[in-house]
Amino acid sequence: MTSDVAGLAPELKGAKEGQGEVPIASAGERFQSFDVDAFEIPGGREENWRFTPLRRLKGLHDGTAAFDAKPAVSVTSGGRDASGLDGVTVETVARDDARLGEGGTPADRVAAAAWSAFAEATVVTLDGTPDPVTITVEGPGVGASAAGHLQVRTTPHTQATVVVEHKGSGALADNTEIVLADGSQLTLVVTEEWADDAVHAGAEHYLIGRDATLRATAVQLGGDLVRVTSTVRYAGPGGDAELLGVAFTDAGQHLEQRLLVDHAVANCRSNVLYKNALQSDSNDAAHVVWIGDVLIRAAAENTETFEFNRNLVLTEHARADSVPNLEIETGEIAGAGHASTTGRFDDEQLFYLRSRGIPEEQARRLVVRGFFGEILNKITLPELRERLEAAVEAELAITGA
Amino acid sequence: MSTLEIKDLHASVETEDGPKEILRGVNLTVRAGETHAIMGPNGSGKSTLAYAVAGHPKYQVTSGEVLLDGENVLEMEVDERARAGLFLAMQYPVEVPGVSMANFLRSAATAVRGEAPKLRTWVKEVKDAMADLDISSEFADRSVNEGFSGGEKKRHEVLQLGLLNPKFAVLDETDSGLDVDALRVVSEGVNRYRASGETGVLLITHYTRILNHITPDRVHVFAGGRIVESGGPELADELERNGYQRFVQAEQKALA
Repeated sequence: MTSDVAGLAPELKGAKEGQGEVPIASAGERFQSFDVDAFEIPGGREENWRFTPLRRLKGLHDGTAAFDAKPAVSVTSGGRDASGLDGVTVETVARDDARLGEGGTPADRVAAAAWSAFAEATVVTLDGTPDPVTITVEGPGVGASAAGHLQVRTTPHTQATVVVEHKGSGALADNTEIVLADGSQLTLVVTEEWADDAVHAGAEHYLIGRDATLRATAVQLGGDLVRVTSTVRYAGPGGDAELLGVAFTDAGQHLEQRLLVDHAVANCRSNVLYKNALQSDSNDAAHVVWIGDVLIRAAAENTETFEFNRNLVLTEHARADSVPNLEIETGEIAGAGHASTTGRFDDEQLFYLRSRGIPEEQARRLVVRGFFGEILNKITLPELRERLEAAVEAELAITGA
Repeated sequence: MSTLEIKDLHASVETEDGPKEILRGVNLTVRAGETHAIMGPNGSGKSTLAYAVAGHPKYQVTSGEVLLDGENVLEMEVDERARAGLFLAMQYPVEVPGVSMANFLRSAATAVRGEAPKLRTWVKEVKDAMADLDISSEFADRSVNEGFSGGEKKRHEVLQLGLLNPKFAVLDETDSGLDVDALRVVSEGVNRYRASGETGVLLITHYTRILNHITPDRVHVFAGGRIVESGGPELADELERNGYQRFVQAEQKALA
């Protein structure tokens, strides 16, 4: 890739950084900065913004969002305040805390805007084998905008389970850092259970330590516009990251998942599986976007990676954009693959179930429940799993799909 | 005693060139306790008959009636037909990922029987029925038909037949793709279902070999979208010797 972009046509301006209208040649060359002003204001035709309805982004991207409110963050365990629990440290820290930024650097203007604007960060440190922790992030309220920052970190060999729940109203831009120390294991569930008006543009920065294991599940259900950009990097060999996701998008709703797994270290694994269902009960389209980038750099020998996106279209007026990208800079890998399928509800499946006497509505539920079950069944917290299963059922009731 | 009557049934399928008629006036009556074999060459419309009776949306019934104990099945939804006592064992059972066989069987039994089977007796009932068909118990946890071999799928169709115990079963090429042992196991399953004498079977097949295991009362030759000849089991023997050539030619002549 050339380092000189001078002399390119004006519409290619910014191409090198991936901000321009022409895709960068490699995900490894994405521009990164903590400074919002280092990014151009996106116009909507840039590769990393072209699927996002900027008009609905409440000015998070162009400097017009005031960021004058704060997200309310609470950390609980078993329904009680988690600070002081064995193995759980909850801190509210200032911007200059040395740990902030360890997880990664913003790679788009909204993430950088959040970084430039947040007043204080929440840092949750997990040590040993603490009880499951729930971190609730609540939006700033209707009409307000906020910038947030959350860091979850483990100490070496910790085994922990964390649920991050996003809910409420308003517009939130934030960065979430997940920093796993060597040999630690984190099971993480991140839910987007926003009210109908909410806009959330979140950047997740995962740093997986040596021999550390991440089991992450993203659940996107609510909100008017939710765009989550997740970047996974490895700090040492032996790291293992599983990134699962489910989303259920309705009429007029935009849910976007952008993943980059950056394999720069040898002997690491990654597995990405996102399953989305789309339905609309009006002429407003239900929209889901999945971008799955995997980069295997030259040094990342013996990498094993797979990424898969499945979209289930339940009704008319639904649009799924799915873009898997796999870049491989070394031949010395254990395995790499990617796949994407987008399909309508399968009439043959429906016929088969109904031909056994199962009523149509129940048959549809069985199929959709089965579709999501592959992922929801892996959620080890029974209450959370049941709540999310019920949320899926409630979604199905909207269209009777 | 139940009766299934198919009267002058015409059905067509939508093609790029418009609707194409496949069933051209099928007449057939099956009574409880009877087994009728429908034999015919590929493309004669045998499977269409099976699907039209079951209510597959791909096939449009243009005229005629299908009566189950006098009730017009064609006015019922697909699942209503099953609950009324019809069953179709499919030639190509559909894979339903994410829905376990156990959950599926229980949902189907609950729908057909009108109430959820008692859990304790149900578990044993399924276990025994699976053992009868040489199906390993681990299949209960697998997704419906997903990754099953052809033979495994057919065993599971017959498993459902036994558990749902319909008034009438249409078996659409249940024998195709089975090796000798599987054919025997599957045939035994069908014979257990028939043993009560209160159920009727419409056995659709291309080959005569399954008739060595499941003895039919009547044999019908299907060609050109209708029954062109009916007889006793001896008709199958003639087909075994001479094939379908005579019927196909006669049908083509009639059409010309």
